Amino acid sequence: MPADALRRLSAILPADRLLWQPAHLAAYQSDALTAFQSPPLAVAIPETADEVIALVRACHAGRLPFVARGSGTSLSGGSLPVKGGIVIALNRLNRILRLDPAERIAVVEPGVINLAVTAAAAPHGLHYAPDPSSQSICTIGGNVAFNSGGAHCLKYGMTSNHVLGLRAVLATGEVVEFGGGRREQIGPDWCGLFTGHEGLFGIALEITLQLLPRAECFHTVLAGYRTLEQAGDAVSAIVASGLLPGAIEIMDALALEAAKAAVHADYPPHCEAVLIVELEGPREAVAADRLRLDALLAASQPVEARPARNPAERLAIWKGRKSAFSAVGRLSPDFIVQDGVVPRRRLGEALRRIGKFSREAGLRCANVFHAGDGNLHPLILYNGRNPGELGRAEALAGRILRLCVDMGGSITGEHGIGVEKRDYLPAMFSSDEIDCLRRIRAAFDPLGIANPGKMFPGGEAPALHAHGPHPLERAGVISRE
Amino acid sequence: MKTVVTPTSTAELIEAVRSAPRVLAFGAGTKPRLSQVDDNVLGISTVGLSSLLEYEPDEYTFTALAGTPLRDLTAVLAEKRQYLPFDPPLAAAGATLGGTVAAGLSGPGRLRYGGVRDFILGIRFVDGSGRDLRLGGKVVKNAAGFDLPKFLVGSLGRLGVITELTFKVFPRPASTLTLRLPVSDPERAVTLFEALGSGRWEVEAADLPPSADAVYVRLAGPEGTLPLIARELLAHGSGDTLEPSVATTFWANLQAQAWSAPGNSLHKIALRPREAPALLQQVAAMGGQVHLSSAGCLAWVALPAGSDAGRLGLQALTLRGSGPLFSGRAAEPEIARAIKFALDPVDRFPGFA
Ligand SMILES: Cc1cc2nc3c(=O)[nH]c(=O)nc-3n(C[C@H](O)[C@H](O)[C@H](O)COP(=O)(O)OP(=O)(O)OC[C@H]3O[C@@H](n4cnc5c(N)ncnc54)[C@H](O)[C@@H]3O)c2cc1C
Repeated sequence: MPADALRRLSAILPADRLLWQPAHLAAYQSDALTAFQSPPLAVAIPETADEVIALVRACHAGRLPFVARGSGTSLSGGSLPVKGGIVIALNRLNRILRLDPAERIAVVEPGVINLAVTAAAAPHGLHYAPDPSSQSICTIGGNVAFNSGGAHCLKYGMTSNHVLGLRAVLATGEVVEFGGGRREQIGPDWCGLFTGHEGLFGIALEITLQLLPRAECFHTVLAGYRTLEQAGDAVSAIVASGLLPGAIEIMDALALEAAKAAVHADYPPHCEAVLIVELEGPREAVAADRLRLDALLAASQPVEARPARNPAERLAIWKGRKSAFSAVGRLSPDFIVQDGVVPRRRLGEALRRIGKFSREAGLRCANVFHAGDGNLHPLILYNGRNPGELGRAEALAGRILRLCVDMGGSITGEHGIGVEKRDYLPAMFSSDEIDCLRRIRAAFDPLGIANPGKMFPGGEAPALHAHGPHPLERAGVISRE
Repeated sequence: MKTVVTPTSTAELIEAVRSAPRVLAFGAGTKPRLSQVDDNVLGISTVGLSSLLEYEPDEYTFTALAGTPLRDLTAVLAEKRQYLPFDPPLAAAGATLGGTVAAGLSGPGRLRYGGVRDFILGIRFVDGSGRDLRLGGKVVKNAAGFDLPKFLVGSLGRLGVITELTFKVFPRPASTLTLRLPVSDPERAVTLFEALGSGRWEVEAADLPPSADAVYVRLAGPEGTLPLIARELLAHGSGDTLEPSVATTFWANLQAQAWSAPGNSLHKIALRPREAPALLQQVAAMGGQVHLSSAGCLAWVALPAGSDAGRLGLQALTLRGSGPLFSGRAAEPEIARAIKFALDPVDRFPGFA
């Protein structure tokens, strides 16, 4: 590590919180998308917001790239270190600063684990709604950066629907407060803009989250089907019925096999797909809606439909579902997870074509997905030690992404673009639109030091000038069109 | 603005934006203060851009042109038993979808599932350089690119001209029931708001209308279940249930802001429930009126003409009247200037003043 950069940082942090020896850096050289690895120059481990601010300002002064890191569970290379840059690890900023049960808000530091918010809120009958499958390890800072979702987005939305306020240090060193922790706002929605920034604007220091009352009652049903198509048809029938379940999820045969092996989940035999539907709400409403749901499911010809009879059975259903990613990991040395979205009515068609692509590529592909949102999660299994397999896996992933765009959907529903999908951004947006996104990025980070090389295809274009037109622009000599 | 053009296609609108050095779009004009700007600004009316372009009930999404009146949209959604749960205000007066987004306004129903920002999915807009941009998406979930659709909620046409919007909708609950729960003073209203917000009932709306001595609570859910829930809410006091037709009129009047005299200025305030009692007192002292909405997270305040909303000490947006657009807000951070420049490098749109 260059001596002057190290000197600057070591003025901020004691030696034991500034790692730079290769053995210490190894743990940080990738995120959950392990196909990409790159050791950082150093890892800074701040313990307070002031230290983070000082670090970012030092990076700005020295044009030193930085990557904020929560728990490193990004599936798109979002927290992959950048060449010649440092990692700012935020796990030690893990205090819940305030929890106000009457107002139903929690103010947390970015390194707080997602599930810890719900744990702290639970004694008050409240919970934090966004529930990514990684919720027991991922951080709120990471969730905010990626606008993370989960199984319960259909009814209550993603992270951004629950962020009411933010204090952040921008890549320029400016410290800002957005939103003020109120449910309504006056003026443009800065919290909305910051959520989903993929680490490209700066570092969130303090986040005000909205808490919701825990639903009084749940009705969770697991239904097994002989074909994926039948499971998909059941989803359409539920949606068309006017019911609004909290979650509608599907797992295919390969994912079921994995969950069985990993957490001894028990599924109906000979099923190519399992559907999980959960109603939630006041007991009177759930009692009425469950009759309709049970009738719809019965009519959808499942091999078997099993309602959870008690909270333990409900938890078991969710444990199987939420373990699916890591469980699939046991089936294969390596995997890539895709996260494209298609219109719900085209789910069946999308899955059929993904199956075809996967056979053509000669790679297995498991599907576990948020069917209610049309958000697919094909897990492409490969072995990185076999020459050429990673390349084939990436090519298959690319075909799937294009399919999602062609069907009128999106290349990512909740995992973000990161490094992995940056070359596909132009499949969704025109060059003017990407230029607009780049200008927004440059306004927050004119030097391009916050997580550079992510989200945008190719290299980063340096900012022309972020504060006021360039003199030549004003004179009409150059323009940005 | 002195000159106004009314384009009838998106292409014409883009042309209009490019045609003048200073422009501002406006919809039906139901929030007149938002478009009170200098004479040299060309007004672009969006009322000629009214059309529901796509509606996919099974996807819970629609895409409409910015000038489409809310009342037309809600009527089409109602045919398929769907709705925009946040009750966009001023629908009956002709408010447009684009104006609602640009103003950032939500009604009583925002309590249950969130406001206009929580249902917007995609946006098409023209930036200050005259570029035609689509950001966000058309499916219910999408995390590609920065969330410009959300950012432009509340942007008042000062960062871009919105031409088209994609929204998420929900199935409409089969029945609703409105209760009137008397409260003796504002503190009790706040306590009730807090209890309703953290309760098991999934209340859809909880509002304290101007000069009322009761909180009106709207329940929504499957047929036959609401009387059971209502019984519990009514058990501890002298409240009662509104006749369905009375309830419909009651909410329609609130949504139309029928209570605020046209001569008064009208303001939206982003509130914390606990700030409500002081606000009520202050507004009364100024001779105005308050409608507390969404369990005290939102206040609509009417003040006699010429009053200074800044005296309320809360973040406020002026919708009608002559005061400043914003009051009670901290000084703009440096980043606000940088973003304005990123979207409008030639200062084609007016500032937030
Ligand atoms: C088994 C498994 C299951 C998963 N399931 C889901 C799921 O259901 N839904 C879902 O949406 N995602 C899921 N994910 C993806 C991942 O967990 C989320 O993206 C999560 O939000 C990342 O959190 P993290 O703390 O690990 O962040 P990291 O991976 O450390 O960082 C993610 C991004 O956030 C940035 N960042 C981190 N902290 C900050 C901060 N304070 N300020 C600014 N930027 C910051 C980083 O620079 C990076 O770009 C899953 C991942 C795994 C491994």
